[in-house]
Amino acid sequence: MDFKEKIFQSITYIASICTIVFLFGIILSLFFEGLPVLNFTSIKDFLFSKDWYPTMFPPKFGILSLIAGSFVVTLGALVISIPLGLGAAIYISEIANKRVKEILKPLIELLAGIPSVVYGLFGMAFLSPFLIKVFQVPIGLNAFNASIILGIMVVPIISSMSEDALSTVPNSLREASLALGANKWETIMKVVLPAAKSGVISSIILGFGRAIGETMVVLMVAGGAAQIPDSIFDPVRPMPATVAAEMGETAIGTPHFHALFGIAIILFIITFISILIIEFVVMRRKK
Amino acid sequence: MVNKTQKTAHISTENLNLWFDDNHVLKDINIPIYDKKVTAMIGPSGCGKSTMLRCFNRMNDLIPGCKIKGKVNLYDQNIYDSKVDVTDVRTKVGMVFQRPNPFPKSIYKNVAYGLKVRGEKKAKIDELVEKSLKDAWLWDEVKDRLHESAFSLSGGQQQRLCIARALANNPEILLLDEPTSALDPQSTAKIEELCLELKNKVTILIVTHNIAQAGRISDYTAFIFLGELVEFAPTKEMFTVPKDSRTEQYLSGAFG
Repeated sequence: MDFKEKIFQSITYIASICTIVFLFGIILSLFFEGLPVLNFTSIKDFLFSKDWYPTMFPPKFGILSLIAGSFVVTLGALVISIPLGLGAAIYISEIANKRVKEILKPLIELLAGIPSVVYGLFGMAFLSPFLIKVFQVPIGLNAFNASIILGIMVVPIISSMSEDALSTVPNSLREASLALGANKWETIMKVVLPAAKSGVISSIILGFGRAIGETMVVLMVAGGAAQIPDSIFDPVRPMPATVAAEMGETAIGTPHFHALFGIAIILFIITFISILIIEFVVMRRKK
Repeated sequence: MVNKTQKTAHISTENLNLWFDDNHVLKDINIPIYDKKVTAMIGPSGCGKSTMLRCFNRMNDLIPGCKIKGKVNLYDQNIYDSKVDVTDVRTKVGMVFQRPNPFPKSIYKNVAYGLKVRGEKKAKIDELVEKSLKDAWLWDEVKDRLHESAFSLSGGQQQRLCIARALANNPEILLLDEPTSALDPQSTAKIEELCLELKNKVTILIVTHNIAQAGRISDYTAFIFLGELVEFAPTKEMFTVPKDSRTEQYLSGAFG
């Protein structure tokens, strides 16, 4: 084999090995630092107690409130982003003419390029006072605010991936439906969307993973109270915000330190499962 | 050119012109399609025969830049009239495409699709699915696996499924756009036989690239060349004594 070719092959090989090393390195250190939390609390208390008092004596490391906070804002985000993202995808793929499509598509993708801290600023400075005024609530930094901001962040993920899925549905299926006397709306709902189902579901799960792992926005606008919310207007403290806010004030090797890594393990497992589901959905489609 | 002693046409065009942007694809087409007959449209690739077929159920409406002048009359109703409901036209005038295009759904759901869209009752749908599959000569092959995916069928079976799906709407006219060009000879023969059977119930208009096929199954043949209807006549007449020299050349294989 040519020498140059051999070099090129080894460089790409090393690059691919590196990514695997990084991945397993991160997973290993995560579990190495996170599992010791079980020396200070039982797994049951860790997952199902809602008392998160890491700096009290004795400290309490129950993360149920944090899990609840994460799920409330994430589900809220999906309630907002699924109809908006899917609607935009359907409009771009099925309804808009070529020129509108060429303008709309990059604009929506631009939304994905905005740094999350900018979203956070928007939530703090504009959305928060707006919510206080409109809904007459005492605090504008709450689960509702975080849901809206996260929802807007997830829209481009759902819309661009769903749009790809819709666009790959062969035109012959649309023609078949229209030729059978279905109108455009029926064709979209009964043929195109079902044919693109796996891609659409994948986009929603990916959006879910993005929302549950997003840190800066929830740190800035979710309110930060470690409690199980009674209403959507209560402040919450999602898992990533907890880790980000508390890690800087924690000594390495303390129970609190390990507990924060424990939270990171839970986050990792949740996103890992969502990626597995996507793989499963895509694999099933290819079969 | 058209024999005036013929009965009235089921569907016919009147000075039909069609453009894709500035490209004049169909030029002053006047053609009658007779009731319960098979009419074949032949001509070299790119002559406009598929485009013409798609004028009869307004499928060209979907193509951006398509402009149509003239009339297409279903009996005496111009289907391009602004009062006409296009989904209604497409229910009356069914279509089968060049490549089998079943939906990624079960065999049953494929046939039931048009009926569901029109909100038929479940019992009625069951009955019509069975009838349509029988009419398309597919029932015996699929009756035990109606709820399996349509993709589990062979190419020829898929095409007959598409015919069944179109028949379920109880159309008056069936448009077939080179329905056997993607099929093997055996499946082709079966679909040709099926056409001869179906013409007792529906008017059939078939575009074909295969001159022999037109000879085998059609009662009338239209020869289209460069967007013009060169000749329209009973098939036997055209195949024995073509009037136009271009028709003669095409039929003898001088070009194609």
